[in-house]
Amino acid sequence: MPTKPDTDAATVAMDKRAEDPVEPETLVEIENLEVHFGLRGGLLSRMTGRGAGAVKAVDGVNLTLRKGEVLGLVGESGSGKTTLGRTLLGLNSPTSGAIRYRGEDIAQYGERQLRPLRRKLQMVFQDPHASLNPAMDIRTAVGHPLIIHNLVQDEADYEAKVVDALERVGLTPPERYLTKYPSDLSGGQKQRAVLARAIIAEPELLVADEPISMLDMSVRAKILQLMLDLKRDLDLTYVYVTHDLASAKFFCDNIAIMYLGRIVEYGPTEEVFADPKHPYTKALLAAIPEPDPNKAVPRDLPRGEIPDAARPPLGCSFHPRCPVALAGCGWEARDLRALLERRWLEMPVEEYAKEKALFADLTALGEPEVTRLSIAPGRGHTQEEVLEYLRNLREEGSAAQPREPFWSGVVAMQAEGGHVVLEFEQSRDPRLRLLPETGVQVACHLYDGTGDE
Amino acid sequence: MTTTDAAAPAVPAADDAREPVLSVRDMRVWYGTERGPVRAVDGVSFDVRPGETLGLVGESGCGKSTLGRGVLGLTPPGSAVDGEVLLRGTNLVELTPKELQKRRGPELGLIFQEPMTRLNPLMKISEQFEETLRTHEKGLSKQEIRERSLEALRGMGIPPSRYENYPHEFSGGMRQRIMIALALVLRPAFVVADEPTTALDVLVEAQIIKILADLRKNFDTALVLITHNLGIVAEACDRVAVMYAGHIVEQGDSREVFANPQHPYTKELLRSTISLSTTGLHYIPGSPPDLGNPPEGCRFHPRCPVAMRGCAVVEPPEVRLRSGVRSTCWHQAIEVDPSLADELGTDGREPLAAVKEISVADEA
Repeated sequence: MPTKPDTDAATVAMDKRAEDPVEPETLVEIENLEVHFGLRGGLLSRMTGRGAGAVKAVDGVNLTLRKGEVLGLVGESGSGKTTLGRTLLGLNSPTSGAIRYRGEDIAQYGERQLRPLRRKLQMVFQDPHASLNPAMDIRTAVGHPLIIHNLVQDEADYEAKVVDALERVGLTPPERYLTKYPSDLSGGQKQRAVLARAIIAEPELLVADEPISMLDMSVRAKILQLMLDLKRDLDLTYVYVTHDLASAKFFCDNIAIMYLGRIVEYGPTEEVFADPKHPYTKALLAAIPEPDPNKAVPRDLPRGEIPDAARPPLGCSFHPRCPVALAGCGWEARDLRALLERRWLEMPVEEYAKEKALFADLTALGEPEVTRLSIAPGRGHTQEEVLEYLRNLREEGSAAQPREPFWSGVVAMQAEGGHVVLEFEQSRDPRLRLLPETGVQVACHLYDGTGDE
Repeated sequence: MTTTDAAAPAVPAADDAREPVLSVRDMRVWYGTERGPVRAVDGVSFDVRPGETLGLVGESGCGKSTLGRGVLGLTPPGSAVDGEVLLRGTNLVELTPKELQKRRGPELGLIFQEPMTRLNPLMKISEQFEETLRTHEKGLSKQEIRERSLEALRGMGIPPSRYENYPHEFSGGMRQRIMIALALVLRPAFVVADEPTTALDVLVEAQIIKILADLRKNFDTALVLITHNLGIVAEACDRVAVMYAGHIVEQGDSREVFANPQHPYTKELLRSTISLSTTGLHYIPGSPPDLGNPPEGCRFHPRCPVAMRGCAVVEPPEVRLRSGVRSTCWHQAIEVDPSLADELGTDGREPLAAVKEISVADEA
């Protein structure tokens, strides 16, 4: 169970609370939350009876959300940020773990039990064009939650509440918008209408999934400002799901960086941005294009892309892309294939063909979670040749600048019964832990003391 | 539109030395709608030289995608194109569809926005390349096709061992790189990339930008990169053209434009961009105009913080500033040539009183 985030720093980050010494109440607590999606698999896997497995979209997440806080869930697509946000509202059912909303565990609630809570937990979706029913005018769409939750007595009450919501989101004069249809509105106006619908039932928590990413640059700031105003006026708590670090930096009090279903770094936004700890956070920050030419820095991008969540890497999910990975970060057979492919990329075709011929079957190298790899030499080649080749690679890689981290994970490499056998260091899953003297939690072996070689 | 020069006349800057691959002069694209014609692109002129990347930025609806498509002759039925699009001296606007089709591929290339949907899912990568090369360059041997394809893929960071794979076996970023390789394997002289990274992740986007930036070094391809992300332009483009309501309002060296934006729209757009150094939110009031019925005078005047009375009446001329940047704004026009002020009339330089009250929600 990880320690809770440093509340001092979180409090300071919130101007409103600076003068308020009382620690804000906890609104939502997430404990060891897992959301897995079963894979149906293809025809072949069903016929052969091989289980297709599951995608661990959220894989053991712990978070605490305080009243009035803006928490950013940041990551690339496939990181599980959207699934986590949706699960928080009961839109996906968790596989295991607890979601305590005001002390009440709602994780295993059914639709009927969730219904009354939904009023308090609202969502704003990414695409404003798709989240409004094109056949409903704004009066009907924005007031819909009032009908669903039975919150109004009569028509006049309904009208007054809709008008108030429209005014709050800046769709003024409201009379002009009541009878309009979504197709009459611009993207920014639609997102305002969506926000009006989200706040009309007086929620406590709003999960906003990329609320500005479909909007134009000149409108984004307006919608963010509106969300800040609404938070102040209505005492809201936000979970802001985004891939955009720049807006998260401006908007969030706390930030959780996600990678392949796990939180890799979590802490007060200021601290995370001032001194990013996890190599992934560092990479994300370096990747943001900067419009000011005087501030542009040379890029040192991690290789590759976010891996397939159905077959995640061993150990730390980021290790195949990590420039500073250690021996115990989870090296496996697949990483050798990636290494060879990177090498072959920079070679003339003939040399590549020669090297490739050393291996009988490259697909065997693509299997996940193989920590003892047996390589068959290609036709006309011996195991000694393959071993010699790999030894040379290791020497090159270890002498290279920057050093190739893969080889530190190989503990043994020898010829055995016509094959070359590679054994990899036992992997350890990095756990999220609080760094001393900071409010930041990070899941990386560089910081947990086990990385010292 | 005539251009007034601030620098000494007829002294081309050093980067103007090479003949442009593509020269666009006073290009216009109209769409016919029920409410009458919409002037999506309304008189734009620019050049792209070999190995140069021009970034085309603007908000949605400003005409940047229409301009990109229009240059390649890919505007939809019901539209009209006018003006000159000179590809090495040939005016593409005057070509028949058949002649134009012949030039697509070997001379003109297009990189689409959504890599996920642009590759044929039933064809191996090798087959997609074979089809492309067979169609456009008849007479290549199998071996030559393979070599050309592998070379193009390698340049985009796709390992040769993946040549026989199907599109679904690749990630989004790899598919986009394959798309770029597919466009470049024919070695076109001029390529339009329409929001090539919009559907991709931050890190993958950065990788693609790097590849595009390397392109100009390794090939002599002239590239027009259409995007709404100003950061990408600053990093990957030599020059930038900022579009607003069908016009190019400012164009020039991208470092210069981003460091010293001249046109009020460029300034406001840069200010409203949320970057890591953002400490306060800023936004442009109002919304871009309806292109079926654009405002009189300067099209930005209803939203412009420094608009003058004359701006609402007379369209500003394009002027070339000392830095080489061209701007279409009365403020710079008068600075360059004070005699132009007469066109604005007697009280034309009075500030346009606080514009009109704009409702907060009147936005794009």
